[in-house]
Amino acid sequence: MAVDPLIELQGVNKYYGELHVLKDIDLAVGRGEVVVVIGPSGSGKSTLCRTINRLETVQSGTITLDGRPLPEEGKALARLRAEVGMVFQSFNLFAHKTVLQNVSLAQVKVRGRKRDEADRRSRELLERVGLRAHAAKYPAQLSGGQQQRVAIARALAMEPKAMLFDEPTSALDPEMINEVLEVMRQLARDGMTMVVVTHEMGFARASANRVVFMADGRIVEDRAPEEFFTDPRSERAKDFLSKILKH
Amino acid sequence: MNVLTDNLSTYWEGFLGTVELTVYSSLLALVLGFVMVSFRVAPVASLRVFGTVWVTVLRNTPLTLLFFAVLLGLPRFGLVLPFKVFAVLALGCYTSSFICEALRSGINTVPTGQGEAARSLGMTFAQTLSAVVLPQAFRSVIPPIGSTLIALAKNSAIAGAFSVTELLGTYKTMSELGYNIVWTFAWIALGYLVVTLAISALFHELERTWGVAR
Repeated sequence: MAVDPLIELQGVNKYYGELHVLKDIDLAVGRGEVVVVIGPSGSGKSTLCRTINRLETVQSGTITLDGRPLPEEGKALARLRAEVGMVFQSFNLFAHKTVLQNVSLAQVKVRGRKRDEADRRSRELLERVGLRAHAAKYPAQLSGGQQQRVAIARALAMEPKAMLFDEPTSALDPEMINEVLEVMRQLARDGMTMVVVTHEMGFARASANRVVFMADGRIVEDRAPEEFFTDPRSERAKDFLSKILKH
Repeated sequence: MNVLTDNLSTYWEGFLGTVELTVYSSLLALVLGFVMVSFRVAPVASLRVFGTVWVTVLRNTPLTLLFFAVLLGLPRFGLVLPFKVFAVLALGCYTSSFICEALRSGINTVPTGQGEAARSLGMTFAQTLSAVVLPQAFRSVIPPIGSTLIALAKNSAIAGAFSVTELLGTYKTMSELGYNIVWTFAWIALGYLVVTLAISALFHELERTWGVAR
């Protein structure tokens, strides 16, 4: 378990009407730790990821970030969200803005940076994800992999304490997955705290400190990647791994 | 035929009256429509209720009835303004409900993920709406807003019945002077056509410049 938890969930329960999607979730993510969340679809892993910056509200339990509980709504919540970067399955770039504007917008609006200062920082980040040459293009002119890398740069521009990845490569063509994973691997090496919902077992093995396996709204296993992949304890995990690893 | 050349100044005054009503009411309708749609999608329940009531009441009231309510009703509460201002109020408020709904349909065309992305970056509701959602919503609703404003231009004829100088009202003067009613109306229709075609052209241009290139 994490020594110095940055993100901590305790007894979190979430319902969609009758459907109980998160059941008594306890999870702590330490500073600089990379936690990969895997599990069959409908197991609640995306929902879990989205509760951490309150894109989904929870019915009970507490979620704390850096020791402070998540604010309810309004300005305080907005400030907190700026501290937690989020990358979505469907990229969600602002379609009417150029790549550069996408990365700069929240720096200006939320961080109060001057336009040219924000643009300078945006260019640095675009350089880091290998897309500086595309700064003037619109999202629709980029491939999926490029869009996702812009989305990562956009989240990093806020200098977040942690990054959440909600199936960042699930909507990508196979040949584009690696360019996104490479950016994520680099982030992990740089010591970013990351929660990654993914089906990329290679990434989990290589970059994760822990693998959290979810099924039916519960955390079934929470272990080091090598242990989990070579010797899963639960039947549910064995079943899941046998299905995804043999095809 | 000489009904126009003989009465150019009357027609011109009427035409200007219609243009004025259309321009001021359009501005009011756009501003109010913008405010109301912000209310309708706001995270605060009381604002949503207010926006919904505004749209429901104004969109479902016959415009003539609304004119009566404003022109005869408001003075009873001590609010006495020139008839032209009342007319702009009635037309603007009425049309704002249609603008609001057009904008709302535009908001629905913006993928919710973009709003989530903006919020996840720490942008407030107002920032998300003004910087991400509405600019894109606006692009997809340029044509329906154009239609709504064309309807507004034609609806402004009702103001003539309440002694506001505008194009349709000129027919009374003409018929009193004994001119052929058919030609009188033909020229009036042409006047409206000029206004509505101008609006069409403006929105065509807006769409060319700003419309979504998908």
